[in-house]
Amino acid sequence: MLQYLLRRFVYAIPIALGVSVVCFALVHISPGDPLASVLPPDASLEMQQIMRQVYGFDRPLPVQFGFWLWRALAGDLGVSIATGRPVAGEVWHAFGNTFMLAALAAAFGFSAGALLGLVAGYWRGGWIDRLASTLSIAGISVPHYWLGMVLAIVFSVQLNWLPATGAGPGGSADWTWDWAHVRFLVLPALTMSVIPLGIVARSVRALVGDILSQEFVDALRAKGLPESGIFLHILKNAAPTSLAVMGLQLGYLLGGSILIETVFAWPGTGFLLGNAILQRDLPLLQGTILVLAMFFVVLNLLVDVAQTWLDPRIKRA
Amino acid sequence: MEFRKLVIAAAAGTLLLAGQAAAQGTLRIGMTASDIPLTTGQTDQGGEGMRFLGYTAYDALINWDLSSAEKASDLVPGLASEWKVDAADKTKWVFKLRPGVKFHDGSAFDAAAVVWNLEKLLNQQAPQFDPRQSAQGRSRIPAVASYRAIDPSTVEITTKSPDATFPYQIAWIMMSSPAQWEKVGKNWDAFAKTPAGTGPWKIANFVPRERVELVPNPEYWDKKRVPKLERLVLVPLPEASARTAALRSGQVDWIEAPAPDAIDSLKKAGMQIVTNAYPHNWTWHLSRVDGSPWNDVRVRKAANLAVDREGIKELLGGMAIPAQGFFPPGHQWAGKPAFKLRHDVAEAKKLMTEAGFGPNKPLETKILIAPSGSGQMQPLPMNEFVQQNLADAWIKITFEVVDWNTLINIWRAGAKHESSRGATGMNYTYFIQDPFTGLIRHLQSSLQPPAGTNWGYYSDPEMDGLFDKVRNTFDAAEQTKVLQKIHEKYVDEALFLMVTHDVNPRAMSPKVKGFVQAQNWFQDFSPVFMAK
Repeated sequence: MLQYLLRRFVYAIPIALGVSVVCFALVHISPGDPLASVLPPDASLEMQQIMRQVYGFDRPLPVQFGFWLWRALAGDLGVSIATGRPVAGEVWHAFGNTFMLAALAAAFGFSAGALLGLVAGYWRGGWIDRLASTLSIAGISVPHYWLGMVLAIVFSVQLNWLPATGAGPGGSADWTWDWAHVRFLVLPALTMSVIPLGIVARSVRALVGDILSQEFVDALRAKGLPESGIFLHILKNAAPTSLAVMGLQLGYLLGGSILIETVFAWPGTGFLLGNAILQRDLPLLQGTILVLAMFFVVLNLLVDVAQTWLDPRIKRA
Repeated sequence: MEFRKLVIAAAAGTLLLAGQAAAQGTLRIGMTASDIPLTTGQTDQGGEGMRFLGYTAYDALINWDLSSAEKASDLVPGLASEWKVDAADKTKWVFKLRPGVKFHDGSAFDAAAVVWNLEKLLNQQAPQFDPRQSAQGRSRIPAVASYRAIDPSTVEITTKSPDATFPYQIAWIMMSSPAQWEKVGKNWDAFAKTPAGTGPWKIANFVPRERVELVPNPEYWDKKRVPKLERLVLVPLPEASARTAALRSGQVDWIEAPAPDAIDSLKKAGMQIVTNAYPHNWTWHLSRVDGSPWNDVRVRKAANLAVDREGIKELLGGMAIPAQGFFPPGHQWAGKPAFKLRHDVAEAKKLMTEAGFGPNKPLETKILIAPSGSGQMQPLPMNEFVQQNLADAWIKITFEVVDWNTLINIWRAGAKHESSRGATGMNYTYFIQDPFTGLIRHLQSSLQPPAGTNWGYYSDPEMDGLFDKVRNTFDAAEQTKVLQKIHEKYVDEALFLMVTHDVNPRAMSPKVKGFVQAQNWFQDFSPVFMAK
């Protein structure tokens, strides 16, 4: 196991390097001037050259990449062009906010999705199945920024139960786990949970259906095992694959949603990324993408390990 | 936190000592910016940045008069109580500084501080040089050649050549406290968290990307502008529907730029909608390079006559002022153009016939537009509306759609550059607050790209002569006359397709009182208070 972990860890190094090359290259190939965020539109050419020099954008790309990578290895992701604040600090702070959102959305989305999928798969073809399938398809299909707006109109504007925007009465800097703050989480987390709910429900339903049609279930039934026992077997067989699906979904959730975080003005990684794109703030963009990509790598590793532990048949050679 | 408490305690204490009437309430504003603008002095995020974190916490040597909603605003003394150009050498400007002004940290504002602030923008070798502020401020003062302190209350600034528009340039430059910068370790990032200017508001609490809180500066030098509120909270809410929801659910009391289609429902919910003219226009900037159909004045006039400006106002739910020129109607520089921007398709067709076009031989050309952008209002429906209007006068337009930042880059690069893709015009909205941004930069021949933003390569010796005259006319009344003459030429020769002006709508809760919306990109929050 230790050897396996070690090997996976070593594999992560070229992946990380690849990710950083790709994200650096993509950000630099894409149109738009990195100085657009700091220069007024009518800044003269001379002015632009001075600023290019000050920010080091006049150096060849490989040199810029080298400097960036060297500093990134030491944990320094550079400084945002637009704000002058260190990127690492900005990303960690935003990631903390997104993590709260993702954790709540995952807790709700995964449990509700798994339950729906289980029920629908077990009573396949019945009215419960149709209801659960409708709900899960709706969850996948509905544009979540639209859902967010509708929820804000209903629960904030009309009913005035929950706040429409922000992360706490004084911003996320003085966050505490009390209702005055948590109420700010409810609407964005609910909106965010809808997609994983739909996807998890549909995957679990398919899995359960598959398992039910396998011969070992007939064998169990023939042996006279009560239905609750069979249910447990199904659960255990469905768990590893469901977990893989949930792991991926958790990755997406942790990446933050640009749309949802913008609609609710939630200061997470999605909001940060959206800002960085709009302002062409290259260091911020690179830093955020890199950190998020690294999380995907780590998360995948964790899911693989958990799968092996749950299902000894999965031998990781 | 400790600092915040200190500032609040200090502010409250001084208020009590001064025996002033109790301050009234907290005002929370939802801005359209996606981040808090720079708090160090020279702000970013365009006009909005200067509005909320420039002229609130800081002053310039010369400020804008933001006290009236009725007339277009002009310059007034700020940290300089008076200024004049040297009678013999018109490149020398002498500024007399206002005595007794203190920065928020208690240090004195003096001539050395002015020089220090100019160095912060212009001298890369200076320890206080700040690239971010320099990026914002440097291009605002292109005329500056040198500067020096004559004595503690007098500063002399020399311009590269005589330039009577210089006071408008210096009105951009915000004065930060040198002593505070020293105190926080000569570091602008630390300064950003605990800034000090001389303005009517002090920045008390700053959560990056989420909110910034300002409290009154009871010792502000202009007693009329000491804020009435207890606290001003600014929240970035870039999404229009999020701003509307935040206002309607009572999370903020005031939002900038509500979406036009939300205005009716906001009114029904009891919100106030405040609008006013301000120096902004929505135009098509026309290319004048060889081969452009807009080189024919008949075609330019025909296009201007074909546009149904009242129809556009209706499209925008009334939130627009139909153009009568490049400047909004009633502006002090509007003058009396002879060419009237009316909707007259018959006259337009006549002009087009004279120019050699007809129903079977329409003029076909391409215009660059962006689907969104700062100040662009509702660019897609508006441009499609204009497209249909022009088709009535046999002008067939196709659009080349690019994103906003790309459009800015094309605008810098010029109509001859390949990035302009052969387009003969671009839809661009303009900040037109002073002679340079309002008139000179668009059409002076020496400002053709890459030297400047005369995108269409317009060149007319008569116009250049008028621009020179503006720069050399130091008497304000005389200068206004020249500016009027320039604007008349803009309109009479139909140099742009002039369509409409924004009215800068703001929506606010009925509790917000005392706000006077100046005809300016910047606003004064000092008279505002919250009703109980």
